[in-house]
Amino acid sequence: MGVMQPEITTGVSRIRPRGPLEARLRNTREAIVTGLLFLCAAVSVVTTAAIVLTLLGETVSFFQDVSPVEFFTGTKWTPLFTPAQYGVLPLLAGTLLIALCAAVFAVPIGLITAIYLSEYAPRWLRAIIKPMLEIIAGIPTVVLGFFALTFIGPEIVKPLFGTSQIFSALAASLAVGIMIIPLISSLSEDAMTAVPMGLREGAYALGATKYEVARRVVVPAALSGIIASFILAVSRAVGETMIVAIAAGGSPNLTWNPLEAVQTMTAYIVQVSLGDTPQGSLEFRTIFAVGMTLFVMTLAMNIVSQYLLHKFREVYE
Amino acid sequence: MIDEQLQNAERLVPVPSVGRPEPRAEVSAPQKAAGIASEHAEAVLEARGLNVFYGHFQALRNVSIEVPGRDITAIIGPSGCGKSTFIRCFNRMNDTIAGFRAEGEVLFQNQSIYERRIDVVEVRRRIGMVFQKPNPFPKSIYENVAFGPRINGYEGRLDEIVERALHRAALWDEVKDKIRQNAFALSGGQQQRLCIARALAIEPEVILMDEPCSALDPVATLKIEDLMRELARDYTIVIVTHNMQQAARVSDWTAVMMMSEDRAGECIEFGATNEIFTNPKDKRTEDYITGRFG
Amino acid sequence: MTIAEPVFRRRLFLRRSTALGFSILCVAATLLAVVVLGILLVQVASKGLDRVSWDFINSFPSRKPEDAGIKAALWGTLWIMGITAIFAVPVGLGAAIYLEEYAPRNWLTRVIQVNISNLAGVPSVVYGLLGLAVFVRAMQLERSVLAGALTMALLVLPIIIIAAQEALRAVPNSIREAAYAVGASRSQMVFHQIVPAALPGVLTGVILALSRAIGETAPLITIGALLFVPFTPHGPLDKFTVLPIQIFNWTSRPQEAFQQNAAAGIIVLLAVLLTMNSIAIFLRNRFQANARG
Repeated sequence: MGVMQPEITTGVSRIRPRGPLEARLRNTREAIVTGLLFLCAAVSVVTTAAIVLTLLGETVSFFQDVSPVEFFTGTKWTPLFTPAQYGVLPLLAGTLLIALCAAVFAVPIGLITAIYLSEYAPRWLRAIIKPMLEIIAGIPTVVLGFFALTFIGPEIVKPLFGTSQIFSALAASLAVGIMIIPLISSLSEDAMTAVPMGLREGAYALGATKYEVARRVVVPAALSGIIASFILAVSRAVGETMIVAIAAGGSPNLTWNPLEAVQTMTAYIVQVSLGDTPQGSLEFRTIFAVGMTLFVMTLAMNIVSQYLLHKFREVYE
Repeated sequence: MIDEQLQNAERLVPVPSVGRPEPRAEVSAPQKAAGIASEHAEAVLEARGLNVFYGHFQALRNVSIEVPGRDITAIIGPSGCGKSTFIRCFNRMNDTIAGFRAEGEVLFQNQSIYERRIDVVEVRRRIGMVFQKPNPFPKSIYENVAFGPRINGYEGRLDEIVERALHRAALWDEVKDKIRQNAFALSGGQQQRLCIARALAIEPEVILMDEPCSALDPVATLKIEDLMRELARDYTIVIVTHNMQQAARVSDWTAVMMMSEDRAGECIEFGATNEIFTNPKDKRTEDYITGRFG
Repeated sequence: MTIAEPVFRRRLFLRRSTALGFSILCVAATLLAVVVLGILLVQVASKGLDRVSWDFINSFPSRKPEDAGIKAALWGTLWIMGITAIFAVPVGLGAAIYLEEYAPRNWLTRVIQVNISNLAGVPSVVYGLLGLAVFVRAMQLERSVLAGALTMALLVLPIIIIAAQEALRAVPNSIREAAYAVGASRSQMVFHQIVPAALPGVLTGVILALSRAIGETAPLITIGALLFVPFTPHGPLDKFTVLPIQIFNWTSRPQEAFQQNAAAGIIVLLAVLLTMNSIAIFLRNRFQANARG
């Protein structure tokens, strides 16, 4: 072990040659450090496993008392009343209604903002707008919920549509839309900036206008990244809790009319947690079943969006 | 004792160089000129039948070179022929590249450094390296030089080691007042000399230099070439360079490498520098030196 | 076949108009986001600015809106954030170091990486459910600060890992080679050279992750943080509430006075966030200037 050499003495200070013991100590130290760091990384795996096992466990136990068919196809959700009914469709519909309305609002604005920032805006303007979008992204959702309840509802939805109630899916989804605009615009803009300049220059050289270049060259080239951003944004909207808990309503309502009050899966979980339902009871276990549904939905959307992003990056790197 | 102190005194104050020093006394001049130094000079580093692969791609084929001790050996050849790959084998830096595989032998002081039992850290302490682009740590000048001794378990005062290394790298006078300043405040040439000081601080026996001057201006280059000649009195130096004039100016021995058709590098000739440049044996060497290609 | 001149002219006019119309649309869309932000800030300020005072910050919540304050919530937030950071930062940094500097490039590492990306997208309520099942019930920590902090730590962990990985990746490879070349072992290279060089980026990422966590409400409600808490926590096992939950509580009450309290609470919350983000940006700029000499 080690190369055999006489000591190298250089007066007062010297570096001792290494022996086998030192090397072995060093290797042990390296192994311990590697092990500890691996454990840190493993925490993330354990977290996922814990989420899956917890939700699955409670859901399985729930499905022993309530049939899955009733859960997934029933249209009435009244676990706290008698007779208790456990159809999740109203909650699911509420979630989807809000997510889709938010998307209808946010996707065009987010995409057009992204196109503007990537293709049109001068550098100084970008330096102002981008931080503002980041600020919007950083606003806590309670604040947006407050805004939806005290401003969007009374000042925009009510005058525009003449509804009389405080809560509405529309007010909440507009606030959710505001929340996801930065997500769409920043991811889409990343995708568009990654498109090589050469593609654009070829089109400009043929006499295309900026709009034509954006629409026919850049957006199609960045398409999978852009679609990934849409899916990710919808997934965020589906998982959003506080805005809908504050502004959308407190009782499940199976409807496609955004002017009515609805309750989402997430808001239901919060409602039960705030209440006095005893832990371990059937009513309480409903939040895990609903949570499982929510988790599976968002996981599927995230996986698809990651795949699209990955595919897009591969093409340009 | 007195001898040691005299030796130390010499090392502290660099003696101004007067052209190229006389070749070591172990080998007579005519023998060197005939390129048969290997039989007589002590070969500190040696590659025997070295084949290097990255995955399926063969980067070096059957390279056999003996590097004589306390001389400057230059490795020249057109870009891409594997010169850097070759010298990085000597301090096992290629280990950090995925897919690297070496067959054949690489010897340091007649001991193979690719055996399982060999301590890589010790190899790297005794065979130092200076890179093409100066890469000081983003820390103070002092910290840059002190890092090596510190992690290698020095005994004694770090200040002394740092000062001595900076002296030997001909940098002390220029930085002694700002030794706690960030290394990036130095010019390119100074940064490279700092990297040399960093390599010297751990008391190596060999210094590998991978195109050390290619990122520097001509004035800085000359300073480093002077420094090299000075250091060759105490250290074995191997320098990769694509600058033939530099090889001719600075080195005692030259190895010429070429890329074959399948892009594997080979050593086609090795000998005393003035022999290689005035009387090359291989036609490809002659073509390369006279600038017909590369 | 060539295009006749008048046809080309007409089409060109149409094309130019479309282009112009689109540019206007672009500016409008972008401005919309900015305008909305402005309206939000103005509205919150107008409702709540009068309410913000030292009394407000230093009082406990009460049934009467005029007497209510955010003292309990503010202290609760500080406690939660502190303990969250203690857990999340070392583990997150360690995981990032492992993935960037130690992990072999094989399928297992890919799986871990993908898993972390997915965790970043899991809705925060689900983390609340996890915390409820594991920390509150299984580990019997009840509705304590510790349970809340552990839940939040799991929530912010993926964000910290991703930010730290990016900071480590930004350190140039030449430094790794230089360290190896003077005989450093891997851990010496990583901890003496790479981590110090990446520290500004890591710090920025940590602060941004924590500032996201401050605004999180749902997971803490799910694990049982209370809505009405007339005391500050004295230890990690105490019950607690946090600023966003207090705001939620007040927002849910119909009386206008409570709405004003909510607005005032929002102003305090936004002020805290603004401070944290400014510190992050300041640190990042200062360290970047330092590192480059």
